[in-house]
Amino acid sequence: MSVGMGRYLHCMRGVVSRELLRFVHQRSRFVAALVRPLIWLFVFAAGFRMALGVAMTDPYKTYILYEVYIIPGLVGMIQLFNGMQSSLSMVYDREMGSMRVLLVSPFPRWYLLVCKLLAGTLVSIAQVYVFLTIAWFYGIKAPPMGYVWILPALVVTGFMVGALGMLLSTFVKQLENFAGVMNFVIFPMFFLSSALYPLWRIREGSYLVYQIAAMNPFTYAVEMIRFALYEQLNLDAVMIVVATTLVLLALAILGYNPARGMMARKGGG
Amino acid sequence: MREGGRDDAPALEVDGLSFSYSGKPVLEEVGFRLEAGQFTVLLGPNGAGKTTLFSLITRLYDRRVGTIRVDGFELRRHAVAAHARMGVVFQQPTLDLDLSVRQNLTYHAALHGMGPREARRRAEEQVARVGLGDALKTRVRQLSGGQRRRVEIARGLLHRPRLLLLDEPTVGLDIAARRDLVERVHRLCVEEGVAVLWATHLIDEVYPEDRVVVLDGGKVRASGSVSEILAASGGTSIGEAFDTLTTGPVEVVS
Repeated sequence: MSVGMGRYLHCMRGVVSRELLRFVHQRSRFVAALVRPLIWLFVFAAGFRMALGVAMTDPYKTYILYEVYIIPGLVGMIQLFNGMQSSLSMVYDREMGSMRVLLVSPFPRWYLLVCKLLAGTLVSIAQVYVFLTIAWFYGIKAPPMGYVWILPALVVTGFMVGALGMLLSTFVKQLENFAGVMNFVIFPMFFLSSALYPLWRIREGSYLVYQIAAMNPFTYAVEMIRFALYEQLNLDAVMIVVATTLVLLALAILGYNPARGMMARKGGG
Repeated sequence: MREGGRDDAPALEVDGLSFSYSGKPVLEEVGFRLEAGQFTVLLGPNGAGKTTLFSLITRLYDRRVGTIRVDGFELRRHAVAAHARMGVVFQQPTLDLDLSVRQNLTYHAALHGMGPREARRRAEEQVARVGLGDALKTRVRQLSGGQRRRVEIARGLLHRPRLLLLDEPTVGLDIAARRDLVERVHRLCVEEGVAVLWATHLIDEVYPEDRVVVLDGGKVRASGSVSEILAASGGTSIGEAFDTLTTGPVEVVS
């Protein structure tokens, strides 16, 4: 039996609209997703403004305030948390069974998982644009076209952190273990990256931390977003992020493979 | 069109199915078949392997020996065709509580590749069939346990499957809701001509005209019509037969 292209699109539309509807119904989740980066921006960055001016580095054309520097990192943070949130919901869905509803659909499993990632990515992109709008009114303005340039960067980053979350969800069997994921994945990924300080500055502080940050894919996601926001293409960063995304995606799909995946290890009566 | 199937293929055919979990056998040489319009009760005590069997038939996991055919389509080789022909009601509730009945159903329709208009039409049709026609816009959270189950049954039938699988669907329902559900699905089975596999450990959910597969310790202890089961076990009621068949090492296969 062949499954036509139109049917694939219907399936994708269904998965995406469910995710958006759920998101609309969970207003507290939306507020939480925005409060986190805004606190960083208003409290942390404003406080360090004097202490941490950032010297002229690409892609910035002038000396910039720390608040300006931190914006792409906070955009990455929104997406990172969102990716983990959707993987959390996948563990929850699996315990609650709605992941099963998805997986008994006749569409190939890899396609269903990609639809799921796309849905989560779109939710995170909505959050990012609301955040950037608030930042704009606060006075942190990038070139207008930069807001268009970052869109593809946000899609790729959304898929990368989403695929990471999906992969983790195959390892995390119970919801209770999720706090561990926060501590051991989100925090190191965020802090050991160029989100808060440029790499050269980290290097002055600690060569080891610099080396870790230089190997952290999240650093490249942040740099890709940073350059895109100033209408530039950081090709190295794009390639690293795309490659990481593909590897994580392949592993996540493998993890959900019925023949060898984690689903098989959850026995039942 | 029917590359893997035959026209006279049973709705479900399980043959020589074995599955083990960390070295321990959960299912051993399980085999039975379901024809269209037949209501089959998969009867077994807790831990008999019923849910495992369902997970294998729905291909949530796949590390198994033996064959499973849905409407003639081997599950591994023709996963798409096989999945398109089965509807499932899982043991745990799987509806999105914050979405309306209609949104839940159209989501499922999309997962089966249906367009929005067809999805809405079928949602209305099926919801009316389970007697919830005026609840389309209601949030699932506001429905009772029995009503939620009926929505899940409507969902399972939305894409007009040949086979409807229900894994202990009456768990957690009160007596009236349970009786209502058992009655409804029996009726649907006849009206829709769909083959139903209904897992339970509750003997009073078996109707005299049903077919029964008794599963215990991962093995099929008996299968056939109620009278065949009675004859095989020497019991006078299905309850007695069930006790004889599931305790002790008796192996009766009709």
